[in-house]
Amino acid sequence: MILSEVVEKKRLVVPGEQLAEGDYLPGENTYKIDGKVYASRVGLVDFSGNRVYVVPVKGGYMPLVDDPVIGRIADIGMSGWTVDIGAPYPAMLPSSETFGPRQPFARTDLSKVFDVGDLVLARVISFDRTRDPLLTAKDPGLGRASSGRLMRISPAKIPRLIGRKGSMISMLKGETNCQIAVGQNGIVLISGHSPFEENLAMAAVSMIEREAHTHGLTDRIREMIDKSRKSGNVEQKDQT
Amino acid sequence: MLNKKTKPERLIDDRGLRIDGRRPDELRPIRMEVGVLDKADGSAYIEQGKNKILAAVYGPREAHPRHVALPDRANIRCRYHMAPFSTEERRSPAPSRRDMELSKVIREAVEPAIFSKYFPRTTIDIFIEILQADGGTRSAGITGVSLALADAGVPMRDLVVACAAGKVDGQVVVDLCDEEDKLGEADLPVAMIPSSNAITLVQMDGDLSPDEFEKALSMAVDGCKKIHEMQNEALKRKYLLIKEAVEEKMEPKEGE
Repeated sequence: MILSEVVEKKRLVVPGEQLAEGDYLPGENTYKIDGKVYASRVGLVDFSGNRVYVVPVKGGYMPLVDDPVIGRIADIGMSGWTVDIGAPYPAMLPSSETFGPRQPFARTDLSKVFDVGDLVLARVISFDRTRDPLLTAKDPGLGRASSGRLMRISPAKIPRLIGRKGSMISMLKGETNCQIAVGQNGIVLISGHSPFEENLAMAAVSMIEREAHTHGLTDRIREMIDKSRKSGNVEQKDQT
Repeated sequence: MLNKKTKPERLIDDRGLRIDGRRPDELRPIRMEVGVLDKADGSAYIEQGKNKILAAVYGPREAHPRHVALPDRANIRCRYHMAPFSTEERRSPAPSRRDMELSKVIREAVEPAIFSKYFPRTTIDIFIEILQADGGTRSAGITGVSLALADAGVPMRDLVVACAAGKVDGQVVVDLCDEEDKLGEADLPVAMIPSSNAITLVQMDGDLSPDEFEKALSMAVDGCKKIHEMQNEALKRKYLLIKEAVEEKMEPKEGE
């Protein structure tokens, strides 16, 4: 079978644009009809072996098992909480998935652990579209988020913020000296030692969101942080 | 009314030009912009001739009220609405019979392109607001809606495009303007999915002979293909501008 890549790697494509023809496997955000692979979302094409996929540049959050998320407690039920994680489905956090008294809680007791409006760091333990996502807050580092600066970015940009094997986020943590918790649902929680460093981290995150689809971003972020540290104020990016 | 427009005697002059100076196969000037509304998940603004239309998409999101949720796919809802100031005479802002019909046909025109099976029990809400109407608002609305859907990151087979053709002074022409729509003999809006050549909307107002119908349909399809190119360009523009701006600064470095 003839294999042909119709478009080159890392090119920006739109829904309905043909990506490849022949013995290719349609990966994420693509579909195949009559031997031709098309994009189904706006994003950057990539090839891995004979698999074609599109890394989206925009879109909402769709839960995936094992995703770390940051959600807001929306309601307290009999045996757990309903959490808004910015997905099309409400997430459930059962009381058994938190550290606390082993006995069944009374309604008032649950609010002592997490109250309505609290932010929680959690992890998705099950989700398959027919059932609402189930969360856990039992891992180390999970639980109520009590302090820090909060940012909301497009969930599609989270993979770029984290980088290949966490390269971007670990660079960012090191350079800004901040603790950064990233939820796959687009919520970022930043806490540092000084407002300046927090501003720096926030500026870097906004820059990553804006320029997620470009090359050499890690270097540019580092450059921006260096410049800001030298000048003592955070460089504000003009909006295009 | 004092400044009521007088009816033109002819809609096509001796040189074969139309009332606004276009050739029969010429589209009106079109401008599209994507991502114009911050609160919506996806949005687009489109100008086609004197049409000015905003399209907004929310979702996929939790279905409210609960009973509208479908167990196997997303429920797509659409609201087409003309602003009271969009026409020459004030239009009642209450949804009219026409608004409801157009909401339905626009929804049915874009639905086949959306992978709604990926989002069971959710809704995708589409809003179309006509700020200024100049004929062919349903076509321009569909074109704008598919941009807004793509901007929201909703998975789609292709962008849906729409364009109308019709008959004016006995001649088949493409992309009718308001006067041509009102005073002409026929109007034929067509929406299609370009990659598979599938037509998702055909309506006809007025009379066309079978030959004229064939001609009008093919002109509308040609118009759709031209508009589709502009849609692709409009969707990419925002990202390519940022990319060019930041990577240009980088280049001298890479050369070192």
